[in-house]
Amino acid sequence: MDMESRRESARALFQSMVLIRAFEERAAAAQAEGKAPGTCTSVGQEASAAGVVKALSSNDLILTNHRSAGHLLARGADPGRMMAEVLGKATGYCKGKSGTLHISVKELGVILTSTIVGGELSLATGVGLSVSMQGSDAVVACFFGDGAACEGIFHESLNLASLWNLPVLYVCENNQWQAFVHRKETMLADHISPRAASYGMDGVTVDGNDVEAVNEAARVAIAKIRETRKPFLLETYTYRTRGHYEPDDQTYVDPEELASWKARDPIASYKKKLLAAGTVSEADLAAIQREVETTIDGAFLFASESPYPAAEELLTDVYA
Amino acid sequence: MSTITAHEAIGQALAEEMRRDSTVIAFGEGVATKRHELVEEFGRARVRNTPLAEGIIAGTAAGAAATGLRPVIDLLFAPFICFAMDEIVNSAGKLRYMSGGQFSFPMVTLAMTGAGWGVGAQHNHNNEAWFVHSPGLKVVMPSNPADFKGLLKASIRDDNPVVFFLDIGLLYVPGEVPEGEHVVPLGKAAIPREGSDVTLISYGKTVHACLAAAKTLEGEGISAEVVDLRTLKPLDEEAFLASVRKTGRAVVVHEASRTCGVGAEVAATIAEKSFASLAGPVVRIAGPDVPAPSSYPLEQAFVPSAAQIVTSVRGLVGK
Ligand SMILES: Cc1ncc(C[n+]2csc(CCOP(=O)(O)OP(=O)(O)O)c2C)c(N)n1
Ligand SMILES: [Mg+2]
Repeated sequence: MDMESRRESARALFQSMVLIRAFEERAAAAQAEGKAPGTCTSVGQEASAAGVVKALSSNDLILTNHRSAGHLLARGADPGRMMAEVLGKATGYCKGKSGTLHISVKELGVILTSTIVGGELSLATGVGLSVSMQGSDAVVACFFGDGAACEGIFHESLNLASLWNLPVLYVCENNQWQAFVHRKETMLADHISPRAASYGMDGVTVDGNDVEAVNEAARVAIAKIRETRKPFLLETYTYRTRGHYEPDDQTYVDPEELASWKARDPIASYKKKLLAAGTVSEADLAAIQREVETTIDGAFLFASESPYPAAEELLTDVYA
Repeated sequence: MSTITAHEAIGQALAEEMRRDSTVIAFGEGVATKRHELVEEFGRARVRNTPLAEGIIAGTAAGAAATGLRPVIDLLFAPFICFAMDEIVNSAGKLRYMSGGQFSFPMVTLAMTGAGWGVGAQHNHNNEAWFVHSPGLKVVMPSNPADFKGLLKASIRDDNPVVFFLDIGLLYVPGEVPEGEHVVPLGKAAIPREGSDVTLISYGKTVHACLAAAKTLEGEGISAEVVDLRTLKPLDEEAFLASVRKTGRAVVVHEASRTCGVGAEVAATIAEKSFASLAGPVVRIAGPDVPAPSSYPLEQAFVPSAAQIVTSVRGLVGK
């Protein structure tokens, strides 16, 4: 990579993370002010979403879960239509019929978003099967949590994907929490990626708070899937620094552990790294930050002013 | 007309639809083994055996259906659907609505059920009402080979998730099936026997108990009409309401347990929409609220019989 493309890539990754952070913090603030229903944020995990999604091509598909705002925004979803969906408005991506938890945007290839933990894992094999039977070179990225990796369907999915050579990039966002239960209470091992070996699949763990490391690991995994048409398990090891759902006072979280991960905040660390390397200037980053603030202000305004779905919508979209 | 079994009718429907539409695929535990002729004609990519993992079978079908394929999956025995409830009910049934109509799920889930093989309650559970109660699904349960073929073809062509129940006791009973293209639309009941004194409403195997009862009743001067619902969701209300408005009496018969069964929905619909035409209460004859037994006499005692129907109609008609 030459200096200019390195700078462009860095700006894109940084912008994506800042946008995700700003969007989710605004949604959380709106909840606190009584202007929005509760929502699941991925604060602290932005490097995982931005790093993986920015490594995908435009014809690749994404399946995600309840903690999906990062994946959607990194893919280019309009924050206004996303916020409208969070508020249950007719201008939302799902006409207000998803709400915050299961936003799909078919035109961007973010499909079948499901908030049944493990739901995305059960559907990804079918999407992989379609892609492979259609002879497309697309890759299917499936995001799920460490909690989902404790479900039987995780094993069923990986087993079938490897058996049938399905081009699925399994991305386990190991954020140390499964709602209000710490990961350590639910599994003996620290990592999910070694489980791939049982299915003859490659499995890699990457520092999920280092956006460049995630991006690079995802690129390698995706290239491998495109070449072999075989699935791959990538674990992004990270931490959910806000609560499970807004509001959540996090009184159950060990303050030392939380502080240690906050000290490794993916946005602050990346900023420091970029400035130290001189890849981008402080002014450049500040400009990105300001632009994002303006975008989010506009998004919230658009969402607030949008109408709710008409009453007739209650009964539509049930059957094709 | 040719005389074939329901099992053969299903094979014909699959082969014809796979020939017609290259996006139709079939998979499940033993599908490629049991339907080997399909493998020979369409290849291993379109006809597959799977691990015995019903959740991922159904989830794979839902994911594939939403992205351009039309899967038919075989989950074997209906109780095993419990492992696939999430994928069928929460994904295929709901994600169209929850996404504001962005996705559709043209998939068919086959499952066997019903008395006849003495396999007991973990292989025999007439759980069709669970799916009737779940939004976004269609539910089909045929009673004869022609309908097995025609309804399966319609189910494969339908853009919605269809749960298609195979009453085990009917699978190897031969029956006439029309030659050539035979598609039976979903949501349309059949009237296999017309009558004027009482309406017997049923589906699956117990349609035949109703027909046998109607024959006996005819000898006693009671004219019974039989309505075969065929599709349980959407329910062809017009068909049974029209019949009840004519006869003034209704008996609903099914093998599934009585409480909150499809019969309850039918009876309530009649009470709501044609109360004035009723000359007596709507009667339900259904399986008891117990797990299906395996011992032959107990298994038979579970299933509504023609004799029970006859007795009940005599009471209703006052003869
Ligand atoms: C099948 C199911 N069980 C429980 C829940 C409630 N729930 C929602 S998110 C969540 C935690 C999931 O943990 P993980 O898979 O690690 O994902 P994370 O939220 O940490 O991103 C739980 C228990 C659910 N939505 N679905
Ligand atoms: Mg987690």
